[in-house]
Amino acid sequence: MKRYLLPFGLFLALASTLALGLKRVDASDPQEIPSPLIGKATPAFTLGQLDDPQKQFSPQNLRGQVWLLNVWASWCTSCRQEHALLVDFSKQGVLPIVGFNYQDEREAGRKWLNDRGNPYQLTAFDADGRVGMDLGVIGVPETFVIDKQGRVRYKVTGPITPEILKDKLLPLIKELKRA
Amino acid sequence: MTPELGNVALILALGLASILGVLPIWGAHKGDARWMALARPLAAGQFLFVVLAFGILVSAFVNNDFSVSYVAGNSNSLLPVYYRVSATWGGHEGSLLLWQLMLTGWTFAVALFSRSLPQPTVARVLGVLGLISVGFLSFTLFTSNPFERNLVVPPDGRDLNPLLQDFGMIIHPPMLYMGYVGFSVAFAFAIAALIGGHLDAAWAKWSRPWTLLAWMFLTLGILLGSFWAYYELGWGGWWFWDAVENASFMPWLVGTALIHSLSVTEKRASFKNWTVLLAILAFSLSLLGTFLVRSGVLTSVHAFASDPKRGLFILVFLLIVIGGSLVLYAWRAPKVGLGGRFALFSRESMLMLNNVFLLVTTGTVLLGTLYPLALDAFGLGKISVGPPYFESVFVPLMLPVLVLISVGPYVAWKEGSLQRAWLELRGVALVSIALAAAIAVSAKTSVGVATGLLLAAWIILGSVQHLAQRLKAGAGRTPFVQRWRAVPRAFFGMVVAHVGIGVFVLGVTLVKGLDHAQDASMKEGDTVSAGGYAFQFKSLEKHKGPNYIAGRATFEVSRGGQHVVTLYPEKRFYVVQRVPMTEAAIDRGLTRDLYVSMGEATPDGAWGVRVQVKPFMGWVWTGCLVMALGGLLAATDRRYRQRAAQPVPSKPHHTAPLRPSQALS
Repeated sequence: MKRYLLPFGLFLALASTLALGLKRVDASDPQEIPSPLIGKATPAFTLGQLDDPQKQFSPQNLRGQVWLLNVWASWCTSCRQEHALLVDFSKQGVLPIVGFNYQDEREAGRKWLNDRGNPYQLTAFDADGRVGMDLGVIGVPETFVIDKQGRVRYKVTGPITPEILKDKLLPLIKELKRA
Repeated sequence: MTPELGNVALILALGLASILGVLPIWGAHKGDARWMALARPLAAGQFLFVVLAFGILVSAFVNNDFSVSYVAGNSNSLLPVYYRVSATWGGHEGSLLLWQLMLTGWTFAVALFSRSLPQPTVARVLGVLGLISVGFLSFTLFTSNPFERNLVVPPDGRDLNPLLQDFGMIIHPPMLYMGYVGFSVAFAFAIAALIGGHLDAAWAKWSRPWTLLAWMFLTLGILLGSFWAYYELGWGGWWFWDAVENASFMPWLVGTALIHSLSVTEKRASFKNWTVLLAILAFSLSLLGTFLVRSGVLTSVHAFASDPKRGLFILVFLLIVIGGSLVLYAWRAPKVGLGGRFALFSRESMLMLNNVFLLVTTGTVLLGTLYPLALDAFGLGKISVGPPYFESVFVPLMLPVLVLISVGPYVAWKEGSLQRAWLELRGVALVSIALAAAIAVSAKTSVGVATGLLLAAWIILGSVQHLAQRLKAGAGRTPFVQRWRAVPRAFFGMVVAHVGIGVFVLGVTLVKGLDHAQDASMKEGDTVSAGGYAFQFKSLEKHKGPNYIAGRATFEVSRGGQHVVTLYPEKRFYVVQRVPMTEAAIDRGLTRDLYVSMGEATPDGAWGVRVQVKPFMGWVWTGCLVMALGGLLAATDRRYRQRAAQPVPSKPHHTAPLRPSQALS
């Protein structure tokens, strides 16, 4: 009889997950996951850009500036939530936002920016996800705040909400810019 | 007044469903024929009232009754009448009512076509279906009533989502729901068999045609959804591994395993426990899909306006239905026994492998779909799992299944001969390899494309040869027509469905491997080329539709200077919902689709345009249609129709001896 209970056991585990998920629908807020990179130098990489594979981008290029690295993909549904916010925010010109198109197809990525607006100064294109792995990307979207010395200072996992932008990112950016 | 009548009809249906869910099952337990006899009339009455409620909702849409808030939220007086009808199932409440209609419809069909079944079985099956109906009717009435009124009647409605204003969307949900809900019949048969303790070949024989029909509808439903995404979303993709697509794909995978497992149970009385479990799983996954779409736990392009209260209701319902049936399974299944034994290499073991791979695939899809939810639930962040994951796990798991498709039919039941299977399939293997290699080398394709071509050839040739062998048996002694007629329809069904898979694999391989796309910023007069075709942007005219305004472009497509076709992609603006929409223009052909879609206009008057050449796209759709046709053929096999034609109650243990031709199908 025991092994016949296995399907039921698996189902109970599934149902508890669903219940927890449901509980969070109301109180949903993207979580901060401690990243081992916080306080450390951004891993060095060089990638072609989404618009033009000939043009290269490396984090070195933005030394001396505070900037955001936003990991996104056209297949990522939660990226849609934050995209409009990023477009608006980019118009204020607070700091450069660099897109990081992760495990995507070039055309699909371009089409996405064409359709939804492009908040990025430029977008690095990481088709096979190797650089993403160095950056410790565990899911899409993710956003890194990088300071003038090229160190990762903060990381948002999941879509940026207006609250996160106002309460976490803006004060931090202000502080980093002053430093 | 009429919407209130709809409400009353639903309440009456709920009342009848509650009686249906209790008395006949109790009657079957006690052996009371009068209570069991209630099942059929109750099933009919329940169906009647749901039809009435549904009809009232449709008429509210047709007559623009905006006092009903659901109508006001999903329709508009400018909307053409056929979209007003389909808007009935364009939102959460109405689509739930459509689901009801299907469920009670299937229940009624079982009541009609079950004359030859023993009365306790009919009572239990209809009773279980009645219980499911109780759950859904209460869900509709308590959380999602489509007949609720607006206190203040708005002058006009908010219009149907423009994405849904399309012919494909009129028929996609009904087909899909026919499939989802159809699995409830297989589920009810399984539960009835567990309650009654008779898990035998007869049970498998009764469930089979229902399961095949449900599978056919689900195949068509998924096809239509994908087809719609292809031309309506405007960028030529057709499968996104979106949570809701997965929610429909998982029951399909398990359903595919189930129809194979049922054949073993019917022919060899083996795999019984396993078949029951699959029947429970197929319907459970349909219910899970409902939960995922309607509770708001996952963000998706398909998501209905979500409400955690609804989510809680469905979750409790899931716990009762799935949890209850799995406990029943754990309690009753150990007594069922193992059934016929079989050798390591036999038809049974091949089908076992098919089942294992399909189930593991379902598991990985489920994992990918729920992983973001689980991470979020345990406070580990919000992420999306996308095509990179699904493609890298799905394809390797499907490869063995595709190889087995052509092997299985050549292996005998109980104990097969590896040597014989090899002798019979040697030719097919060699021809497939030669064919795939020739195409791959001449067209300089990748290894992936070559593998896909190889598998497609292997499946199609293997299936066709199987049919040819079958028709050749007895050649010389009996005329061809007679031999053709002697082949059971179920056998044709199998061959056709397998060929459908081959055609589908061919299409997917070529369209994924060899498509050409070009994004360009174009002004009138500009030309862009892709895949050997030149697309010239001739002109742009204004155009007015019933509830939108549009810019319609004219594109001349030519190849090597020869005019091929003129395409008219549109950029529409729907005035009520204030959303822009892209209407792609597609020229479909046997060997390629030409696809033009318009993006945004830039201030200097240029348009973002995407042109694509998609080779063999039509074969993807054709493959699915052929698969569904195979399902239909198998479901209407003579041996299932016979009992429907004989209204006389048959002797309980009467089963026709299998002719060798049937035993092989």
